[in-house]
Parts: sequence; C-alpha cells; structure tokens
Amino acid sequence: MSALLQATLLQLIQLLIVLLLAPFLTGQVRWVKARMLGRRGPPLLQPYRDLAKLLRKEAVVADNASWIYRSAPYVIFALLWLAAALVPIFSTRLPMSPAADLIALVGLLGSARFLLALAGMDIGTSFGGIGSSREMMIASLAEPAMLMVIFTVALFIHSTSIPSIAEFVLGNAVGIRVSFALALISLTMVAIAETARIPVDNPATHLELTMVHEAMVLEYSGRHLALIEAASMMQLLFYVSLISGIFVPWGLAGPNATPPLLLLGIASYFAKLVVAGVLLALFETSIAKMRVFRVSEFLGVSLLLGLLATVFLYVSHSL
Amino acid sequence: MLIFILAAIATLIGAGLLAAALGRSASTAVYGGCVVVCLALAAMALWFLLNGVHPPQDLVLPIGLPWLSAHFRIDALSAWFMLVVDLGGAAAALFGIGYGRHEAEPMRVLPFFPVFLAAMNLVLIADDAFVFLLCWESMSLSSWLLVLANHRQPGNARAALVYLIMAIFGTACLLLAFGIMAGFEGAYGFAAIRAHPVSGWLGGLALVLILLGAGSKAGLVPLHAWLPLAHPAAPSHVSALMSGVMTKVAIYAVIRVMFDLSGRLPWGWGAILLTLGAASAVLGLLYALMQTDIKVLLAYSTVENIGIITIGLGLALVFKVNGLMSLSAVALAAALFHVLNHALFKSLLFFGSGAILVATGERDMERLGGLIHRLPRTAVLFLIGSAAISALPPFNGFVSEWLTFQAILNSPDLPQWALKFGVPLIGAALALAAALAAACFVRAYGITFLGRPRSDAAAKAHEVEGSMTAAMSILAILCVTLGLVPVLALMPISAVVQQLLATPFPGFADGVTATEWLYLVPLSATSSSYSGITVLLVVTAVTLAVVEGVHRRGSARIRRSPAWDCGFPDPRPETQYTAASFAQPLRRVFGTLVFRAREQVDMPPPGDFRPARLTVTMIDPAWEAFYAPISGIINWLADRLNALQYLTIRRYLSMVFIALILLLSFVALRG
Repeated sequence: MSALLQATLLQLIQLLIVLLLAPFLTGQVRWVKARMLGRRGPPLLQPYRDLAKLLRKEAVVADNASWIYRSAPYVIFALLWLAAALVPIFSTRLPMSPAADLIALVGLLGSARFLLALAGMDIGTSFGGIGSSREMMIASLAEPAMLMVIFTVALFIHSTSIPSIAEFVLGNAVGIRVSFALALISLTMVAIAETARIPVDNPATHLELTMVHEAMVLEYSGRHLALIEAASMMQLLFYVSLISGIFVPWGLAGPNATPPLLLLGIASYFAKLVVAGVLLALFETSIAKMRVFRVSEFLGVSLLLGLLATVFLYVSHSL
Repeated sequence: MLIFILAAIATLIGAGLLAAALGRSASTAVYGGCVVVCLALAAMALWFLLNGVHPPQDLVLPIGLPWLSAHFRIDALSAWFMLVVDLGGAAAALFGIGYGRHEAEPMRVLPFFPVFLAAMNLVLIADDAFVFLLCWESMSLSSWLLVLANHRQPGNARAALVYLIMAIFGTACLLLAFGIMAGFEGAYGFAAIRAHPVSGWLGGLALVLILLGAGSKAGLVPLHAWLPLAHPAAPSHVSALMSGVMTKVAIYAVIRVMFDLSGRLPWGWGAILLTLGAASAVLGLLYALMQTDIKVLLAYSTVENIGIITIGLGLALVFKVNGLMSLSAVALAAALFHVLNHALFKSLLFFGSGAILVATGERDMERLGGLIHRLPRTAVLFLIGSAAISALPPFNGFVSEWLTFQAILNSPDLPQWALKFGVPLIGAALALAAALAAACFVRAYGITFLGRPRSDAAAKAHEVEGSMTAAMSILAILCVTLGLVPVLALMPISAVVQQLLATPFPGFADGVTATEWLYLVPLSATSSSYSGITVLLVVTAVTLAVVEGVHRRGSARIRRSPAWDCGFPDPRPETQYTAASFAQPLRRVFGTLVFRAREQVDMPPPGDFRPARLTVTMIDPAWEAFYAPISGIINWLADRLNALQYLTIRRYLSMVFIALILLLSFVALRG
C-alpha cells in the first residue's frame, strides 16, 4: 500500500512541477531570444505575472458565444496538463502512465486541438475560421510524421509505453544510432509545428496573414486567455519532456529510486529544460518564418526522415 | 434459437406487408414494431455470443431450389454482425417514428423499411450460396426502392439508377464467384465450399470477384462512386442504415469468404486488402473534406471508415498467414470493433443530419450555422458523434483505431520484406486519415452548429421531437460507454476471433478480471495499455479543480459584448469563414495532386461592375479512371450492336443456328 502511496505522491509532485515550470520555459525562450536580438528582454518571471494578472481580470465574451467557447479553455488546459504529467520527467514510476501510451497521448493532444479549433469557429469571425482551418491542415501533416517516429521507437523497443521506452534506453547502451538521430530530428520538427513556433507559426506576432494559433484564440480575454496561454506553455513543456524522455532520458530515476536520486532527476530535468530553451531560442532567431503553404514541405521532410529512420533500423537489424 | 431468429425476421417481412395494406396511419406501429423486433434479434445475438462457446446451429428449410433446400446457420461471426445490424436497425426505426411524420411521401418508405432490415438479417444467417445471393439481392432492391423515396428531387433518380447498376454488377460478381467456389459439381452449400476450397488461379479469380462484388457494396475505392450519390438520396434514417449497417453486411461477406470459406490464402491477399483499405481511408476523407452537403460528406466518410476496417482485415490476414495468431487476433478484433463503432457513430451523425433537415430544410452547410443555439440537444449529440468518428479519446472510435495501430506497430515480426516496409506506410496513411477526419468534422461541426446563421431557415430552426433525440441519445451513450469500457464489446468479439482464428483476443487469455475492465492491454502490460475511463475521470477531476481554482482565486465575472474581431467586426454572416474556405488549405496541399484541383480567379477590370469570381474545378480520379472508360465502352458496344436490331427473320434464324452449332461442338469437345 505504501508503494502505491509513494507512486501517487510522485505523480502529484510531477503534476506540480510541470505546472510551475511551464511558464518558466516560455519565459526563458523569450528572454534568450531578446538577448540574441540585442534587447534586454522581459524578466524570467514575466509570464507568471502576465498569467496572474489575466486570471484576475473579468472575461469579455462575445454575445453569440456558446458553451463550447466558454468551457474549451478549462478542458484544453486540463488535457495538456494531464498529457505533460504522463511523460516521465524525473521518475519512470508514474501510476497513471498505463492509462495512456504514446499513441493515446497523441490522441489526447488531438482532442485538445479539436476543441480549440471548434472554439475558434464559435463566434463566427473570419480570423477564428482561418486559424482553425490552418491549424487542422498543419495537424493533418504532422500526425503521420509523428506516427513514423513512434513506429521507429516501437520497432526498436517493442513498446509504446513511455516509461518502458525510457527504462529501455536507460538500461541498455543504445549508443548513437543513425535511425534514432533521424527520429529525433523528425520529432523535433513535428514539435515545432505543433507548438506553433517559428518557422511554422510565430507566437509573438498578430499579423493577420500569418497567424495560425493566435488567430484561433483572438477573441479570448481574461481568465480564458490565461488558460489558453498556459495550455500552449504546457504544450511546449510536453514536447520538450517527450523528446528528452525518449532520446536523452539520462538522470531519470528508475522504479526503485531513493529520494536523493529523485532530487537528481528533478535537477537534471531542469537542466534539460534550460538547454532545450536555449536551443529553441537559437533556432528561432536564426531562421525566418515560412509561408503557410511551405509548411507542407517542412512536415513532408519530417515524414520522410521518420520513414528513413524505420528503413535504417530494418537494414541495421538485418546486417 | 435459429427458429426464433427466423420467426423474428418473418415478423419484419409481415410488418412490411401490413404497412403496405394499412397505409400511413400504421407508421408509428410499424416503426415501433421494428424497434421491438430488432432489439429482440440483437438480444438473441448477444446471448449467443456471451453464453460460453456455442456450437453453430443449423437449420434446413424445404424451400428454394428443389435439389438444394434453404440452409441457415448461426455462428459467432453471423451473431456479431447481427448484433451490429439490429442495434443500428432499432435506432433507425426509433428515429423513424419522429422523422417519418415529416416525410412527404411516407408510403414510399414504410413498406420497404422492415423488408430491408429483414433482408440484411437473412444475408447474415444464409448458409448456402443460393439463399445468400437471393437475400443479398433483396437487400439491394429494397434499399434501391428506399433511395427512390424522394424521386422528384433533382438528382435522386440518377443516383438510384447508378446504384441499381452497381448493385447488379456486384451481385453478378458474387454469382460468378460462388459459381467458381461451388465447383463443377455445383455444391452450393457453405459447408461443402468450406470442406473443399478451390485453390490455384480459379480460387484467386473467385476472391477477385468477391472483392469486386462485396467491395462495391461496401464502397471500397475505386468502386465507391455510387455511394455518395445513393446514400444521401434516401431519407435520413435509411441513409443511416445504408451507410452504417448495409456496408457492414458487405464486410461480413468479405470476412465470411476470406477467413472462413477459403483455405489458406497467400499473404498477397492481405497486401491487397491493406492497399485498398489505405487508399479508401485517405481518398474517402479527402473527398469528404471537399463536400458542402452534409449528407454527402457523411457518405464519403463511410468510404474512409470502410477503409480502416479493411486495413484491420488485411493485417489480420497477413499475421494469420505467417502464424502470428495473437497479433492476427488483435487486428481482427480491431476491425470487428470498428464495424460496431462505425455503425453507431455514423448512424448518430446521419440522424443528426436528418434532425437538421427537419429543423431547417437544408442540407447545404453553406446555408447553416449557429445551430448550437437553436438545436441545443442535437448539437451536443452531434458533437459526440463527430468526436467519436474523429478517433478522439475517450470515445469508441479511438479504441478501435488504437488497436489497429497496435497491430501495425508489431508488423516488424512479419517475415516478408514487402510487408515490413509496406505496413509502416499503411500506418502513416491511417494516421493521415485520422488527422483528416478531425479536420473534416471540425469543419462540419463548426460550419453547421457554430458561428452565426447563414440563412433565415437556420436562424429560425426549432429543436426536433423526442423520439429523434432519443434515438440519437442512445447511440451517443453507446459511443461513450464503449470508449470508456471497451471490454463490453471485446468480450463478444473474442468469441468471433476464437471461431475464426482458434485463439481468443490475447488480452483476455487469462480471463476477464477487474484489470481487463479498467485497462485495455492487448498484448503485454509493458508494451502498451490504455484506459479510457481513467483518462476521463482524471481529465474531469483536473478540469473541475481548474474551474474551481480559477473562479475562487482569480475572477468569475463574465461580460457579454459584441465580438471584437480585431476591431473591425462586420455583422453580416457572409463575412464568416465558409465550408469552402475552410477546406481551401487542404485542397491546396492534397487536392492539386489527387483531384487536379484548379483555382481560377476572374477579376473584372476597374469600371466593370461584374462581381469577381473564384472558380474551383476538381475531378474525381475514380470516375475518370474507371467509370468513364467503362461507360464509354458500353456506349460504343451498344452503338455497334444496334445494327442487330433491324435484321431480317432469316438472318436471326441463321444466327440461332450458328450459336447452337457452337454450343454443341463445345459440349462435344469437353465430353
């Protein structure tokens, strides 16, 4: 019984950690980007202040908004929070992880996206429609690529359960494999598209013709906007956790870890977040945003890399 | 028990005759009777599946061909499909009680509806080729009459004609296929066919014909072109039956022949099923995305779902051929589960479109909008159907697609290199189809139910009556329940899998305990697991906690105001995104390749008061590649043969003579 209690405690700690660190990651990316562009940049705590301020404001809702528009922010935030809590970040011992494997996680994100796209169309403004339409197009290109990455991993490890994957990579000297590197690049490209980062979308702009994610949530205000913003921060954190959990799980505490090892796990996760944030900022400052219809080429490359990863794995198995 | 089933089916036929005699006053009684009989049939099928391992039951009636009699048989496979058919049938009849009142000519529907249900049930329990074909043809003809119900509406007569041609084509293929399978001795009983399966190129030819015949009824690409014409033309509850249920009877025929009546098949057949399935899944949705008529959209999405089922069947076949029985069981269970799921949510969505049609008189999405305020109950139920068909957790569509993915992810165990490389591509196609389905139904729901009304009819719509929402609610509850507790469906499916593959669903190998009710673990706990109920409970708890926390700590105030819209709101509903504009990015990305979509902008010069125009042209590659050449050949032949119409009697007699000589010499040579 105490084992279950411990596991539940770990799960609760993880829920708290992802909640606390999600705004930090976004703030850090913004700060590093500003520094690289020669600006001083907002302080690292700015996203927390923004969210707190938005939460206290009243929500202005359009006259013809339905219950979908009003409930979507809460459900979307809950879905993404849960998704981020299901990826092992400091310990592979998570009692909730059997509830959803990698494919089910993709499904949870799909549910959140479905709701967000509907919320974008609820008021009946043209911006909401353009955002929803483009978001669904990008998702339809990203999902096959994501599946090819999952396929490569499952092919190698014979599992789609994320703790099993992380434990396998930890326990075996996987070394540097060509197919894993290709899958890593492919998954990173998917993550960039799904989290609406440059070059697919620009989280900092409100220019009509290029908006995707921001166009969908244009009408939101007050606490609704705070939750939508927090959900996108959570999504960024989710992808960073997923990539680090599959490809660089070192530092993760195993199933029978002692408290010091768990603390080490948390520290290493924090370090990974910082590195990922710097890398993302570096990438975003060094590349220009592409036209919406170039996204299909970008994600097509990602799909082909995923396919190549599978083929390389077959070839290396048969040699 | 078989005698009870036959009696129930006879009651259905009787109800049809009664309806013809009594006229429209019997409408409620006939639909109500159909509900009761269908529920009884479904209960019998479920009882058969759940009560341990039943031996199949046989029954021979002394009717039909004198030397053959009529053979009937129920086994786990027929019982499963009977459950699907009668659940869909009961819901459609319940919906029909209310929907029938709005029918312009109810007597064109009422007598044929119970007969259609009876014919579908009879196909499932037929145990010889003669009864099977007879019932199959009755099913086609009764549904053809139902397609003609609104024959005065433009386009419906043509749809019915195309449907009739395709149905005759399909039955002809099946007739030839069973002729080959029966062999020269003419052993038409399924037991005899099972005992001596034909092999070699004749067996292959029979399977091709079965795929053509049943595939055209199921709507597999490239034989799908009739389906989006005929299914929407029928009244909505019949559309639900045709799309959700009748296509499953065709799937039943494929499973019956490929998994039961044929002996060991080469793996190539699995590859063919996989290819056809993947093509149907992706193309069906791309077509659906371009439609603005909501019923046509739903019909095209049926093509996609049939594709998903076919992918599952193909996987089951290739695993079976290679002796990987537990993986084969997972794939087959996924396909059978999706058969039920699609019947549930497609019926739900067609009922929803029927409710919209009753409330507004419109099927064109471009003239709808904002219905969530006018039809609040239908809006919730249609949303559940849309989420379920888009394979989103925690609904039922996700579980069957998840199981299919689990089977796909284990394809590296296959020894054939073509399959090792091919199946991942099928998986990518399936993922693409799932994502496109989400896009398609965001579009369908968003344009129809959200935003502002685009016509007066939509602005003044009223919620439909109780029996229609009741039918939709029951299906929606089933969609949610089977998503949360998939073991409910997988227990009866396990009996079917046991019958066809001699192994149970591998997740239930150690019996069904509390763990199986909570978690779906198809292969092993370390490889993959899913629990819809946990996901739902946790998401609900977290959502409520967030609502509570935000409202308590932050603010709970709401202020209503006009939409902001970047500071330039335009009150006219025409400024909203339309269904066509929503599909435009996807048309640009996928359509230029598949449909050769072209956009032409006609911008008048300054001073010219013509409105600017954007014309989009698209072609259906299946029409271009298959239907157009075939119809061209038929026309050409007809023109040539026209000369035969005006010959003299002498020439006709000489032709008869020549034909006789040829036939006699053929017989002499064979003897």
